Amino acid sequence: MGNLTPDLAKYRDQARELAVHYGLDFYEVIFELVDYDELNMIASYGGFPTRYPHWRFGMEYEQLAKSYSYGLSKIYELVINNDPCYAYLMRGNSTTDQKLVMAHVYGHCDFFKNNMWFSKTSRKMMDQMANHGAKIRRYMDRHGVDRVENFIDVVQSLDNLIDVHSPFIERPDGRHDPIADEAKEGEPFKLKAKDYMDRYINPESTQINEEPSVEDQAADKVAKDTQARGFPSRPVKDVLKFLLEHAPLEEWEQDVLSLLREEAYYFAPQGMTKIMNEGWAVYWHSKMMTKHLVEASEIINYADCHAGTLSTAPGQINPYKLGVELFRNIEERWDRGQFGIEFNKCEDAEVRRSWNLEANEGREKIFQVRRIYNDVSFVDEFINEDFAEDQKLFVYGLNQATGQYEIADRDYTKVKKALLNSLTNFGNPMIQVVDANYRNRGELYLYHEWVGQDLQFENAMQTLRGVHKLWKRPVHIETREEGSPRLLSFDGETATMVEIGASKPAEEVVGSPGEEN
Amino acid sequence: MRKIDQDHTRFRDIVRGRIKHDLKKYVTSGEMLGRQGKHYVSIPLPQIQLPRFRYGDNKKEGVGQGEGEKGDAIDGQESGQGEAGEAPGQHVLEVEVSLEELARILGEELELPNIEPRGKQAVRSTSSKFTGISRSGPQSLLHFKRTFKEALKREIATGTYDPDDPIIMPVRDDHRYRYVEPREEPQASAAVIYMMDVSGSMGREQKEIVRLEAFWIDTWLRSQYKNLEVEYIVHDAAAHVVDQHTFFHLRESGGTKISSAYELCLRLVEEKYPPSEWNIYPMHFSDGDNWSSRDTERCIDLLRNSIVPHSNQFAYGQVKSSYGSGQFKKDLDLAFRGDDKVITTDILDRDGILPSIKEFLGKGR
Repeated sequence: MGNLTPDLAKYRDQARELAVHYGLDFYEVIFELVDYDELNMIASYGGFPTRYPHWRFGMEYEQLAKSYSYGLSKIYELVINNDPCYAYLMRGNSTTDQKLVMAHVYGHCDFFKNNMWFSKTSRKMMDQMANHGAKIRRYMDRHGVDRVENFIDVVQSLDNLIDVHSPFIERPDGRHDPIADEAKEGEPFKLKAKDYMDRYINPESTQINEEPSVEDQAADKVAKDTQARGFPSRPVKDVLKFLLEHAPLEEWEQDVLSLLREEAYYFAPQGMTKIMNEGWAVYWHSKMMTKHLVEASEIINYADCHAGTLSTAPGQINPYKLGVELFRNIEERWDRGQFGIEFNKCEDAEVRRSWNLEANEGREKIFQVRRIYNDVSFVDEFINEDFAEDQKLFVYGLNQATGQYEIADRDYTKVKKALLNSLTNFGNPMIQVVDANYRNRGELYLYHEWVGQDLQFENAMQTLRGVHKLWKRPVHIETREEGSPRLLSFDGETATMVEIGASKPAEEVVGSPGEEN
Repeated sequence: MRKIDQDHTRFRDIVRGRIKHDLKKYVTSGEMLGRQGKHYVSIPLPQIQLPRFRYGDNKKEGVGQGEGEKGDAIDGQESGQGEAGEAPGQHVLEVEVSLEELARILGEELELPNIEPRGKQAVRSTSSKFTGISRSGPQSLLHFKRTFKEALKREIATGTYDPDDPIIMPVRDDHRYRYVEPREEPQASAAVIYMMDVSGSMGREQKEIVRLEAFWIDTWLRSQYKNLEVEYIVHDAAAHVVDQHTFFHLRESGGTKISSAYELCLRLVEEKYPPSEWNIYPMHFSDGDNWSSRDTERCIDLLRNSIVPHSNQFAYGQVKSSYGSGQFKKDLDLAFRGDDKVITTDILDRDGILPSIKEFLGKGR
């Protein structure tokens, strides 16, 4: 396993034993000892040395290498969600650092294996990535590097348009049974009646009278057909999938798109659980290190490194810090029985603080939390007033008068709201396909669910051009600027941004984008 | 070659392509100048980042952690929160490009010919390459292929070679050794002498144009000469040698006597840069107003009899200002018609910089 020195192998075994002892449950971990350059290289590929070739990884590498050589940054840990897990240690780090990283890695691996959001990720991604690489290289040989690379550029710029929840949803197709529907539509209007009364309550004569004229019927049918032809029949969040299935792509393009979409889905849970995942790993490295692994001579070194990991800057949330504090807070609360209706009803701060039922359910609780939550639900469920106050959380905003960012509020509901906002859809705008036959001309209509923050318009327009490259017909995206609706369009030649439905109330615009203009 | 090297090379190629594509923008905007190190320029390349549907910054709020009262300023920037998964922050990507590469891009884009240095000042430089073959030397430098070739020749000549049993035994005489052949490498040096009119009529924009043009000319010449010296002369009614910073920032007022600069230039050449050893590039920028036509005559005289014969090329760039009459260029053109060592260009605005550079450097002198 790996290429560790005998010393490091010894520490690894210790850390592993401890992890098992504490009940962590992980895929076996293979540690590789690499030098800084190799580490930068692997990190540029997102942890997969065999990934498909693309200039963006080269760019990443240049930045990492530069920032390392200027002493600005250094990668401590790199761990891959796979069975077995791969983790990279940097040669030349101090023994203390290596121990810490190893303990930390076991935390991550446990999280990968047990958190439900990871349950649908491929555990053979190392191999899959290599396969993707081989395929894409083959396409490059066949169709030319530039062509394939340009296509990848486009797909990469869209790879946040996926539906992270979709792996968990058995979605009904959304289509009705057309035959059954038609039969129902053909039936004339009836009052509700029991079988034996039907004849009397809905006599045939009245029905004949109510039958609309033939012309009316025909017009009605056309209208209904048009409505039914609306495509997709309900908004589609997984824009990539929609393009994969419906954009006029060549076979190799479809294949590349599906490979990259797969990779996007593989990485998505890591974005959804950043706070939890890091918090969990920090919780375990600190427990294992301080209770067992650190020797007296190493304590300063350890404290230094640990503190660096948890340092906070005023304008930022450090996911390591927030995560571990919240886990510890939960453990303490469940140890002391500070949960449930009675505790929640209690308003006396003194009593709340000294509340202790010696429930000792803390450890059990945090294991449960790490299994079923993601960052959004984690923050939503567990940050309470006491925690926000203890952690000195605040919301900041731009003060127009001074042009400075200032602390705006410490009210925990507001903190929570702002935090949740930034975490939703892991910080990406929600964009859906609502109409693929817009204006009955096969144009693609995307809809951005505006929740208070504008898109970066220049970027959006560029991205739209990318969508057009795939869709090959005019493309549109509806969004808002400071609350008022805008339509960004690109028809292959000109890019426009126009106000839409200015006279209509905002609500009407939301659900029915196809009816504008 | 490592796998990442391919991707890295690919990235550098793309960077190069982008710079080349937007060269005009970079030349005219001048944002490179402030970012110039000794060997590298760092160039902001925002457009290389993949576009995405992402949030802009109109919301301007975030969550932080730490001490402070309501209303206290936080000295951080926007929060990094929300970009948790992958973090290409808001900052613009900057890439470093070596000056040499920049010169190459400029050269390719403007189709500049390489400069053929004047004179034959050959400097002996010891090259450390084993380019020669010798009959004697240490065993470690034995050239096997040559040795066996010699042996084969000898055996065929003496008739001892048997094609059916092609065994060749080199003897002492066949041995050939690699050795360092001293090579004479010409090492040309060049001196650029920038002269600029800083009289009242040369405004800020005019100087900026000169500055940009000088940067690019410098970059190109540096790629052509190993040893490049640059001198700066400013003049109004009198001329002074100044340093680079002063050259571009000085604002004087007063009359214009161009001959003063030319005289100073000539003195510099005579004292410091003997034309037999140096390739000399006097470059003069002005808005074309001179003190008197008599002084212009004096200038033409100086150029014709001393400066031009000493130089590879004399360049005069006339930057348009709202006050300058532009007469000087006309006078020069008239006087040096047909002399391709004297090049004059009109630079109307920033867009005129590139064509002017091409004009100056396009002759390959």
